[in-house]
Amino acid sequence: MTDPVVSAMVFYALATFTLVAAGFVALSNNIVHSAFALFATLFGMAGLYAFLSADLLAIVQMLVYVGGISVLVLFAVMLTSGLDDSRHSNSTTRLAGGIAVLLAVAAAAFVAASAVPSGTESAITPMTALIGDALLGRFVLPFEVVSVVLLAALLGGVTLARGVKGGDR
Amino acid sequence: MLRDVANWIERLLGLDPATFAYSWITSVVVIGVMALVAFVFIAFFAGPVTWWERRLAGRIQSRIGPNRVGPQGVLQWLADGIKCFLKEDLIPAQADKGLYMFAPYLVFGGYMATFAVLPFGANLIAADLDVGLLYLLAITGLVVIGSLMAGWSSNNKWALFGGIRSAAQLVSYEIPSAFSLMSVVLAAGTMSMQGIIRQQGAWPWDWFVFRNPFLFLAFFLSLTSSIAEGNRTPFDLPEGESELVAGYHVEYSGMRFLWFMFAEWGNLWVIASIATVCFLGGWQIPGMSPAEIAASTGLAFWGWQALTLGVFVAKASVLVAFVIQVRWTLPRLRVDQLMITCWKYLVPGALFCLAGVLVLLAVVPENGIADWALRGVSLAAGLAIAVAYVWKTRAAYMADRDLYRRMEGKELWYPPFRLP
Repeated sequence: MTDPVVSAMVFYALATFTLVAAGFVALSNNIVHSAFALFATLFGMAGLYAFLSADLLAIVQMLVYVGGISVLVLFAVMLTSGLDDSRHSNSTTRLAGGIAVLLAVAAAAFVAASAVPSGTESAITPMTALIGDALLGRFVLPFEVVSVVLLAALLGGVTLARGVKGGDR
Repeated sequence: MLRDVANWIERLLGLDPATFAYSWITSVVVIGVMALVAFVFIAFFAGPVTWWERRLAGRIQSRIGPNRVGPQGVLQWLADGIKCFLKEDLIPAQADKGLYMFAPYLVFGGYMATFAVLPFGANLIAADLDVGLLYLLAITGLVVIGSLMAGWSSNNKWALFGGIRSAAQLVSYEIPSAFSLMSVVLAAGTMSMQGIIRQQGAWPWDWFVFRNPFLFLAFFLSLTSSIAEGNRTPFDLPEGESELVAGYHVEYSGMRFLWFMFAEWGNLWVIASIATVCFLGGWQIPGMSPAEIAASTGLAFWGWQALTLGVFVAKASVLVAFVIQVRWTLPRLRVDQLMITCWKYLVPGALFCLAGVLVLLAVVPENGIADWALRGVSLAAGLAIAVAYVWKTRAAYMADRDLYRRMEGKELWYPPFRLP
């Protein structure tokens, strides 16, 4: 999509969608609504990745965050009792926490905006093979370390869920 | 593809695509028309298939099925559609209104989005994405969220159970489905749908399903897990009538109910065409390579498109009929059996296939003696299964016919077009 008008239209539509959904996550009184809005936010981000011609990243975002993490969050929220009570969220650090997060995000955005060169147009290039090569070539060690960490997490989860043999669970 | 069509339209209108300033308008129009085509296809596929399924179910269960609206009841789906249009759109008083109203569109949208990358013929595909197969796996996330949303917002215990079961099932069966399709990606070396088809040939021994025994096994694992992902019997626990009434769409009526039904039967096509693309050679025609089809021009080009479309639809329809027959033959699994099937059989099986395909790719050179021996073995196994399948179906029919004759003293309806 190289046409500037279409690009601008698509970008603003996606950005508005993502931001509105993100606002809904933060401001909604109903935690289930927040969870569904989180799904919409992550979906909008996948759309932004696709718009920036990072096709593999967009699809992986869909696969991991929309199809996996969101569903887990929804399960957790739905299986929690007393859903309609909006005071479930942590209210002790409400204002101070909000301001701190806002400042941190603003600082991160400033750093990111100054570090990334802007205004470079690039055509859509198939990146899947390049990413695959990089992951299993130059970055194979970090890749394997991450998979070991994930395996440890998985085993830990299984151990916790199984409980102690002969125990009362 | 999109831009090609837009350029073609601009040239048809006497405009030069290179200098035309408002080409985004044609792009948007083409996108809209493509979405409409996909939508119309789902409607005209899902509708008649419901009739087909009910007639087949009737035959399998020794009853008649819908046969009153139109000749042999072929217009039953239209009557059902009109009925659903005219029904009141009931929203429970205690439901979460916004989510309740939105959920059917999310489920339907999730299925419709798959049509963006599903090929229908040599050049008939909306977007041949570089990551097409991964996109297909990822986009089902929308369906998971949609059924959870429908289940929760209905404010009904049956619906909530149905929604949670559906989501749990989809998330679990995504894993064997992804792994078995990943063996195809390894064999093809690409994730683009058309690329996978081009890596196969038109003849059965060139199809991935008969390439080697591991891919042969992966075909059945993939088909099983996509049936489970589609919530179809024997994996239709989310809708189990005997326990949950109708699962996550129990409260829905009228048009909103119809969106769920569209998605459910539209998904039959998705299951069948994923299997056709990845394992059964897609739209390939014997004696005509994809390059030759792409090189043809004018009327010949459109002729080849029509022919490839016919081949693809024929293959997919056979699979659709098979999936329908499976639904009315096998009993429903229990929840524990469902999870055992997935985690103890399908996941290890799919990993085994993946490892096997990797080893064969590294060890067996293509078109060598070993390669052809593996193809021969797989093809023989496939033929044996097909013959046994047809034979069993026929034997069951014959037994049924004899029983009917003995009990009623008259002939059972046969052939199918002479149904009462």
